[in-house]
Amino acid sequence: MPGATVIEAVRVTLEEVMGQDDRVFIIGEDVEAGGVFRATEGLAAKYPGRVIDSPLAESSIIGISVGAAHYGMKPVAEIQFADFIHAGFDQLCSEASRWCYRTRGEAHLPMVVRTPWGGGVHGGQHHSQSIEAYYTHLPGLKVIAPSFPADYRSLLKAAIADPNPVLFLEHKRTYRMVRQDLATEPGESRIGRARVTRRGDDLTIYAYGLMLHESLAAAETLSRDGIECTVVDLLTLLPLDLETILEAARAPGKVLVVHEDTLTGGFGGEIAALVAEHAFEYLDAPVRRLAAPDVPAMPYHHNLESFFMPDREKIARAARELAAY
Amino acid sequence: MTSVRTRRERSRRPIDEYLLSEHQLEEMYYYILLARRLNERMLALNRQGRAAFVIAGAGQEAAQVGAAMALQKGVDFVAPYYRDLGVNLVLGMTAREAMLNLLGKRDDPNSHGRQMPAHWGSVARRVVTQSSVVTTQFPHAVGIALAAKLCKDPIVVMASCGEGSTSRGDFHESLNFAAIHHLPVIFFVENNGYAISERTEKEMPLEHVADRARGYGMQSAVVDGMDGIAVYQTVRPAVDQARRGGGPFLIEAKCYRLWPHSSDDDDSRYRPKKELEEWSRKDPVKLFRERVESDGIFPREDLDEIERRVEEEVREAAQWALMQPDPEPEDALTFVYREA
Ligand SMILES: Cc1ncc(C[n+]2csc(CCOP(=O)(O)OP(=O)(O)O)c2C)c(N)n1
Ligand SMILES: [Mg+2]
Repeated sequence: MPGATVIEAVRVTLEEVMGQDDRVFIIGEDVEAGGVFRATEGLAAKYPGRVIDSPLAESSIIGISVGAAHYGMKPVAEIQFADFIHAGFDQLCSEASRWCYRTRGEAHLPMVVRTPWGGGVHGGQHHSQSIEAYYTHLPGLKVIAPSFPADYRSLLKAAIADPNPVLFLEHKRTYRMVRQDLATEPGESRIGRARVTRRGDDLTIYAYGLMLHESLAAAETLSRDGIECTVVDLLTLLPLDLETILEAARAPGKVLVVHEDTLTGGFGGEIAALVAEHAFEYLDAPVRRLAAPDVPAMPYHHNLESFFMPDREKIARAARELAAY
Repeated sequence: MTSVRTRRERSRRPIDEYLLSEHQLEEMYYYILLARRLNERMLALNRQGRAAFVIAGAGQEAAQVGAAMALQKGVDFVAPYYRDLGVNLVLGMTAREAMLNLLGKRDDPNSHGRQMPAHWGSVARRVVTQSSVVTTQFPHAVGIALAAKLCKDPIVVMASCGEGSTSRGDFHESLNFAAIHHLPVIFFVENNGYAISERTEKEMPLEHVADRARGYGMQSAVVDGMDGIAVYQTVRPAVDQARRGGGPFLIEAKCYRLWPHSSDDDDSRYRPKKELEEWSRKDPVKLFRERVESDGIFPREDLDEIERRVEEEVREAAQWALMQPDPEPEDALTFVYREA
């Protein structure tokens, strides 16, 4: 099969950036051996001393990255699964996101925390989680969640070049699911820009990560039935691209926000609120959210997992209802 | 400010085993005293309703000044904690700046009114910006040391905290990592006997914080934190060793918190009066003066002269700082992100 997968895009980008800038180093669990998803495979041999196995201690992985970035290095930390990042929440919330603000710009942190998130891999409660709702509530941090390999590459590069702390979310179900030719696809290289991936007049779907792919599949099916969707790949969740989000909502006037996180307090609420607040006059239907049900976490067994997760069928169903409104 | 001018030109001859010249002793006394007098004035401003909050280092000044004097200014990093006014003064913070910080003034170099008082930070002085969340600064110190090691820069990093804060995970994760990677970090714990109202017995099942180092295969020492010279002489060799690649070191300075936890605390609820009286006899400011005076190192007039100068410096700084501009309200919107 031609082209690069998401995980290959991540790996080649790390390899390339490390070759260009010797301030970049990698720190995390099992990264010297290549990491459990092989995102850092071969890098320890190519860049000796710059791929650092950490002890199993997430708060310090992030806190040490904060210190190293303060010194002027460009750490790229890997948290093995997003589900385990919460032990480092304090370091992201109380420290990294406030560093620039509390020094009034005197200090800043060029650091990236990469982590695989999302479900659909039979990972149960603690290998499937969506964490974006917690971390997008931290102004001062940037949060990126791409969907296509080329964007993984361009936005990971941008994240490492950015002078601010960036949480880079990699949907693990998509690691080997999609391919793109990185030589011909440049990807979005601006943090804070969303992309209209598909244009249609009937309704607008907002999504990111695996749900973006499911939304595109649903849009394909709906198109055969004469329902045309605009699909917005949000790409950066913090700061949001308000302009693109609103522009995409106006013409269709019907909006469906999709995410695989649970509903209440989920990130979709923010998109829904923005559209309701700033594009109300353009709307022909109430803003609709499709999300996982409000249960504590994604369950393990296939029956339970697929019931929990939104997918192309559920998206298509919700979209049909909305189109008929 | 490195020294107070006195009538006599002082010799720089070392008088003690680890290189403390008369000049340095004078400097030590100056900073210990300055820290105390600043804190006293801050508390007075608080009682007058001019400062919302004070958290002070009374009882820990000798430990702070002794430790900071063992570092190379402008080269070594510190990740201090809220009581470390003494550390900051040694590293170059002026009395005026300390007062700007107390009042949250626009020109406070630490955070320009964005943080509570005593949350330090200065890029130029290599003081790492610090939050209220205790021990979060420990991994930062380790990260700086790791970065310096990657860059082959011969620096040392000192992280400090209170004994109560050594129960947090960040403390342990930091010691562990620093020991594994042999990093040049001095972990400096100012054991003042209390974490707000909780005595050490409730904080840990050990008498000495220093014993925690053994679990990380790290060297450690306990030192009398009321004795600035002893602290210097303990920290300095550890700093030198770390700079030579000898790895991290945990130093516990036994101090005492002579004041309530903060300006909002009433310590009579939990602290026996007698205990306070006993420890007050070991007040590090008094102790230091007695020692240099009785050793005949300085004539009384010289010490009195230092006292006068410090009093004047503090008085002037407070008066000046009160007249400095406050932050503009809209400034709250700036510097969320660093522009690329
Ligand atoms: C993580 C965290 N929990 C609680 C507090 C509230 N708090 C502030 S200081 C303090 C006691 C700290 O004691 P210690 O480490 O011994 O330092 P000391 O104040 O005695 O110098 C507490 C509980 C805090 N700032 N951070
Ligand atoms: Mg204490």
